[in-house]
Order: sequence, then structure tokens, then C-alpha cells
Amino acid sequence: MQPKISLQNVFYTYADETEALRNVSLDVLPNQVFVLFGPSRSGKSTMLRLLNRLSDLTDGARFQGTVLVDGRNVFDKSVDVFDLRRRVSMVFAVPTPLPGSIRDNLTYGLRMAGQRNGSLLEARVQKSLEQAALWDEVKDRLDSSAMALSGGQKQRLCLARSLAMEPEVILLDNPTSGLDPISTSVVEETLRDLVSQYTIVMVPHSVQQAARIADRAGFLLDGELVEVNTTENLFLHPQDQRTEDYITGRFG
Amino acid sequence: MSRQQTQRLASVLITLTAVLVFVPVIVVIVYLIWQGIGAISWEFLTQPPRNGMTEGGIMPAILGTLVLTMGTALVSMPFSIATAIYLAEYAGDNRLTRTIRMAIVNLAGIPSIVYGLFGLGAFVLAAGFGTSILAGSLTLGIMTMPVVISTAEEAINSVPQQFRTVSLSLGASKWQTIWHQVLPHALPGIITGMILGLSRAAGETAPILFTVAAFYIPTLPTSIFDQTMALPYHLYVIATQVPGMPLRVQYGTALVLLLITLTMTLIATAVRTAVRRRRDW
Repeated sequence: MQPKISLQNVFYTYADETEALRNVSLDVLPNQVFVLFGPSRSGKSTMLRLLNRLSDLTDGARFQGTVLVDGRNVFDKSVDVFDLRRRVSMVFAVPTPLPGSIRDNLTYGLRMAGQRNGSLLEARVQKSLEQAALWDEVKDRLDSSAMALSGGQKQRLCLARSLAMEPEVILLDNPTSGLDPISTSVVEETLRDLVSQYTIVMVPHSVQQAARIADRAGFLLDGELVEVNTTENLFLHPQDQRTEDYITGRFG
Repeated sequence: MSRQQTQRLASVLITLTAVLVFVPVIVVIVYLIWQGIGAISWEFLTQPPRNGMTEGGIMPAILGTLVLTMGTALVSMPFSIATAIYLAEYAGDNRLTRTIRMAIVNLAGIPSIVYGLFGLGAFVLAAGFGTSILAGSLTLGIMTMPVVISTAEEAINSVPQQFRTVSLSLGASKWQTIWHQVLPHALPGIITGMILGLSRAAGETAPILFTVAAFYIPTLPTSIFDQTMALPYHLYVIATQVPGMPLRVQYGTALVLLLITLTMTLIATAVRTAVRRRRDW
């Protein structure tokens, strides 16, 4: 099976000479939840941002290697970066609705892509909210401000906002940070339901969450991908001592 | 002195200083109203001057100031906003950007009479616009640009960075992000700066002295190539050049000018307050 995403010998160094990623190679299979875990500042977010070239916004960084989505180099000159970001969509750790109504938020990506068809936009609003398990809570106030939602609702709104563009890959950078346990499990269930249609790459909130949600997982430490395996193998039979130390809580 | 006493003394002194800042404003306004309110009448506001400007009204000067203010806005707004967008969103830290910033700082420091002479040389003579509303608007427009650019840049910078990142992450282009996320939220700040810049332009005498202002024309301008009377210059003229000018008329003219600029400032403040209250982030 062709991997949905493939990183080959990726090096990434920030302008201040911090080596965020060191020779990372990795395949993510389609319709799986791939979880990337490790201590903070180990390069997880950097890696996510490379996959849809949000890394372009960082000045002065140096990048080496290859990032393929569907076998195509995302840094190739012929790639339409705006289209790439719609296909590989990011949900940030801090849920950030744009100022405006719930509806405006959900249709933003499509409208920016030139979609003017009102009934299509309406349909996507409902579908994406249902997918993100938010429809019942907000269906009567789609035109009220998205800023008034609770933290958990905002996070699901941001997920729905990505889903409304019908992406192929969803990148989630710690999507349950700051959520209470109930909201967290709602989001986790939602993600498990979505994976039949999408490929999900996620930075988890904790090792436990990684084990709960992942099909495959990779352990990242100081920019080095220590180990990649199926969830069961990685968490029950880690091959590398550092992985074992981390998941058993001996450091990190 | 005990710590409590010094504390009390300090707050009294600081409060007094703050109040002192307030006093001149109040005195100027109250005195002008007291001296000038008698001159204000329907005739004063709607009729041209008569009888060597000692009688009649100041309508051509009021209208001229309003027209000049609009012209200034038309000149200043597009260039200032474009420059602010460039500086806030596009410019890196390079020689060009540093040169532009230095030019803006220096532009802000140029005395207004120098703007007047520049306008005379560049627009009236070299460009051949003559003494005209066009030349005056261009001169005043350039004069207001530094303040508008810097308030606009500040307004643009105050839009939270994450809105830009989120917009870009949803596949919007940089320009779409600026147009849909940055400018709508920066606009109130930009408008505030614009109005403040314009209210200063409306009250300036030196820049219009050689470029547009007429000593006395009973007729109204019909094109941008016409001269016009303007309130600040009219005030200067009747206060220094016209013998036997009733004081009442001078104070009345000053009061009208003050009310126009004060109204603009109040509108700017109201816009800012209204928008701050409405936004939810």
C-alpha cells in the first residue's frame, strides 16, 4: 500500500540553530491514526507543520530531505500550497476561532478557495458539525459568535472547520489540551469515527492518549525518531530502551 | 515624613499634574465659546463675507475647509494604508524598509511651513496645478501621511498573529488573509488615525498658505483647480490683515474651526470605543 505521507531523511533547523528534526524518515498509511509522541520540544509540532508547509511561515529555518503526500513532493515548485493546506489540514493546540459567526468559521476555507455555492456551503456546515459531534449543540445559533463557545466546543469547531474542506489528511497538534475529561473523550471518539475517511496525524496530550487512540505511533526525542511501530508493539514491546523509559514514566 | 504621608503627597501631586493638563483645553474652549458664541448665527454660517469681511458670514471658508479635508483624505488614505500594510505584513528587515521607516519619521518632523513651500514648488509650480484645491490637498495629504501610516501600522500589528496563521492554514492566500482577517479588524484603528490626521490638517495654516488658500473669493470653487478660502487662513487674515475687524467675528471664526476639529476628534474616539465594545476577542 502506498503511504499517504512519507518523510525521507528530513532535517530541520531553526534560525537560532536549534535542530528540530534530525534525519527523520517515516511513513503514514492511509486511514490510520498515526500518533507522534515525545517530550516537549522534541520536534513534534515542527514535523506537523512541515506536512502542509505551514513551516513556510517560519523565517530563517533550514530544511533538507523530502516530504511526500500521495507520493508527491510538497516542496515541489508545481505544488499549489493553498490547495495543499486544504488537503492536509491543521487543527492547532490552542483552539482559535476566527472572529465572526460559527457559520463564517466553517465556510472560511471553502470561500477562500472560491466556493460560492450557498447550498453546498450549508451542507458542509451541517456535515462537518455532525462529524465533529457539535451539531446538536450549535445548530440553533450558527450565526452567533464563535468566540462565545466553550473551550471544548471551540476545539470541535476548529476540527469541524478543517473537516468542512473535506481534507484528506488531518493534522492535530494536541487537540485536547486544556479540555476536561468528558470533552476529551468526545474528541477522541470523534477522531476514531473519522479515521475510516481520513488519515490522521496527531500529537497527543499524553502517552495514555497515544496508546488509546493510535493505530501506529512514533516516539520522537530531541528531533530523532527513536522508534515507529504499531500501537500494540510500541507500547507493549518497545525495542529501544529510551522508548521504554519514556512510556513507563522514567523520564520526560 | 511617614510612608503614609509621602504616599498621600505623591498621589495628590500626580493627580494635580494630570488635572493641569486638562486646564488649558477647558480654558481655550470656554473662552472661545464665551467670546465667540455671539457671532454664531445662521447668517454667519451660511453667507459669504460682506463689507470688507467685517460683516456677513464665513460660509466659503467653512466649505473650503471641508472640501480640503476630503481632498486630504483622498490623497492620504490610499497611500498611507498601502504603506502600512507593506510595513506590517510584507516588509522584512532590509535596507529598503529601513529607508522607508526613516523617511516616515523624518516626514513627521518637518515643520508645516516647509510642507507649504514644498507644495508650492512641487505641485503649484513644477506640476503646474497652480494655487488650487488639488495642490493644497496633495500638500496636506503628504503632511498627514506619517501619523496615518504609524497608527495604521499599529492597528494592523494589534490583530492577533494566530488569526493570520489559522487563515493561512485554511488555505487562504496571504492577500486573502490580509483582506478578510487583518484589515477588517484593523480598520477602526486605521479610521481613528485617519480622522486624527485630518483634524490636524483641517486646522493647519502654513501648508495651505501658498498652495490653495485665497484671501477673499465670494464665489465657491467649482473644480479642483480652483482656489478656495479656508478657515485657518481666513482666521489668520482677519486677525492680522484686516483693519477694524470686530473681535466678535474673529472669535466666532476660531470657535467654528475649533468645533470642526473637535467634532472630528470626538468621532474618532466614538468609533474606537464602539468597536472595542463590539469585538469579542
